[in-house]
Amino acid sequence: MCRQAEGNFGMVAGIRTRDLRKVYTSAPPVAAGTGGFSFGAPKAKGKQPKPEIVALDGISLEILPGEIFCLLGPNGAGKSTTVGVLTTRVRPTSGQAFIGEHDVWKEQVAVKRLIGVVAQRPNLDFSLTAREILAFHGAYFGLSSHERAKRAEVLLQRFKLTDRADQMVRGFSGGMMQRLSIARAMMHDPQVLFLDEPSAGLDPQTRLLLWEIVREYNQSGKTILLTTHNMEEADALCKRLAIIDHGRVIALGTPQELKASVPGGFLLRLRFGRHSPDLLQRLQGLAGVREVRATDGDGTDLYADRSGSLVAEVANLASAAGVELCDVHISEPSLENLFLHHTGRSLRE
Amino acid sequence: MNWKAFLAMLARDAHVARRNFVALLFQTFLQPLMFVFIFGRVMVGSGYMPASYKSLLLPGIMAICMVGTGIWAVAMPLIAEFQFTREIEDRLLAPMEISWLAIEKVVAGTLQALAAGFMVIPAAWLLLRPGVDLNVPHPILFAVVALLVALFSATGGLALGCSMQQTHIGLMFSLIVAPMIFFGCTYYPWSALDKFPMLQKAVLVNPLVYASEGLRATMIPQFPHLPLVAVVIGLVFFNALLLAVGLRNFHGKSVS
Repeated sequence: MCRQAEGNFGMVAGIRTRDLRKVYTSAPPVAAGTGGFSFGAPKAKGKQPKPEIVALDGISLEILPGEIFCLLGPNGAGKSTTVGVLTTRVRPTSGQAFIGEHDVWKEQVAVKRLIGVVAQRPNLDFSLTAREILAFHGAYFGLSSHERAKRAEVLLQRFKLTDRADQMVRGFSGGMMQRLSIARAMMHDPQVLFLDEPSAGLDPQTRLLLWEIVREYNQSGKTILLTTHNMEEADALCKRLAIIDHGRVIALGTPQELKASVPGGFLLRLRFGRHSPDLLQRLQGLAGVREVRATDGDGTDLYADRSGSLVAEVANLASAAGVELCDVHISEPSLENLFLHHTGRSLRE
Repeated sequence: MNWKAFLAMLARDAHVARRNFVALLFQTFLQPLMFVFIFGRVMVGSGYMPASYKSLLLPGIMAICMVGTGIWAVAMPLIAEFQFTREIEDRLLAPMEISWLAIEKVVAGTLQALAAGFMVIPAAWLLLRPGVDLNVPHPILFAVVALLVALFSATGGLALGCSMQQTHIGLMFSLIVAPMIFFGCTYYPWSALDKFPMLQKAVLVNPLVYASEGLRATMIPQFPHLPLVAVVIGLVFFNALLLAVGLRNFHGKSVS
């Protein structure tokens, strides 16, 4: 157990991957959580070539110790597969992954001591009560029974599960299961915490509780890797993030840096009384406007390097053209815009 | 090897088994004991079966109970835990090589099969008596055979549990477990197949034959049975084979 003590109190571990590739030759298992693929697809038989699905296509990342890092991308982008590789659950086809100094594939036990994992879907032990789940998890990591009971109590309180602590988890709601999954991952106080889509299915209140707990855990010096397809979450929580799509990193940096890299910066979402190509042409001519794009219906997206001061000019142009300006929404440069810019698709698609 | 994690997982399985004890009891013993009652008591009492059948039946029933328990205890949770809920994930992430988790399952299954085996002897004896002629001249040999039988049930459970989908559980019992029991020399001794030489040779691929004949050889040696050496070789061979297949498939299911 001395190695665990080392793990818990020694240097905080970071995460490193080098050119990770993962090619599935059959449907990825549920564990990989690659929501973009259908599962249960029939296996190839006979001489038919096996279908190859490239889940990771050369992911290289360096996540610093003590950082909250986010993988942002749509479903099926390769986020969960990356987490799977980093947590010993998915064998990489090529490339390397390290937690601290330990090669994830070659030193699995050492790595497992350092990490806590919250899977995309709750994978709680349905034969146990909430308290037992925490206690047995602690036991797997060699905690004494006194320590197990103490930590379980603290976590149950922190995650507001005390009143259901001694019930079987089978009857828990999705949100409760998710909270318990996170509590379990923290039970052995891991240096690196993986949260795969942690706020999916949580109500806004619980989501805020989760964010608070994640920040608090990070402040105690732990490294956190979080995946999400929710830009607000990435923006609110992460120091740095990587946007991934089709198994590749398409952008990497702090949320501010990434947002600043969007051409123009600000986005004005306008809605006019009617569609007028002539008006769009004129809008393009306004100072600071980088791009004007008609959207569905009467909407127009206007990318510009200034925001509020443009509104009056837009309104003037509209009234000169005899078109009513019905709605204006100004948004700061966002990660959604960045994703759109890189892929031509929305993150939500 | 992380013994703390290993023992904690054994403790977890013991805890779950204790919680389901009554259900397990009915599931394990009800059917075999009804068989004992009807064939060993009613049919012998009414003269359709010879009196010696009581003694021949008991080791076979013990083999059925042990094998049923071991397979059930290992295969069913594995099938469920590897499915949609991925309940096993938490234990796969414990700081221990994942093969040891499979071995822990085998140990837990072996212990449960041994418990079932030793519980069914007095129960069946009570139902059958008088006229059961149990005679265990070499208790150590008997213990070794019982252990090998229990191991066979648990390794069989591992191999089956890691090869089956949840949707195939019904098929597993009707296509694998049921034929294994009927052609496993459980309700009759292997020598009873003398008049069916082809069948007598064919059933030797069934590991349950060695289990029931081994228990016969050590519990009622006065009746004809397979040589003990053949029994031990057969059981050791099948245990090793099933463990190897089980471990390989366990790895296949654990890591993608």
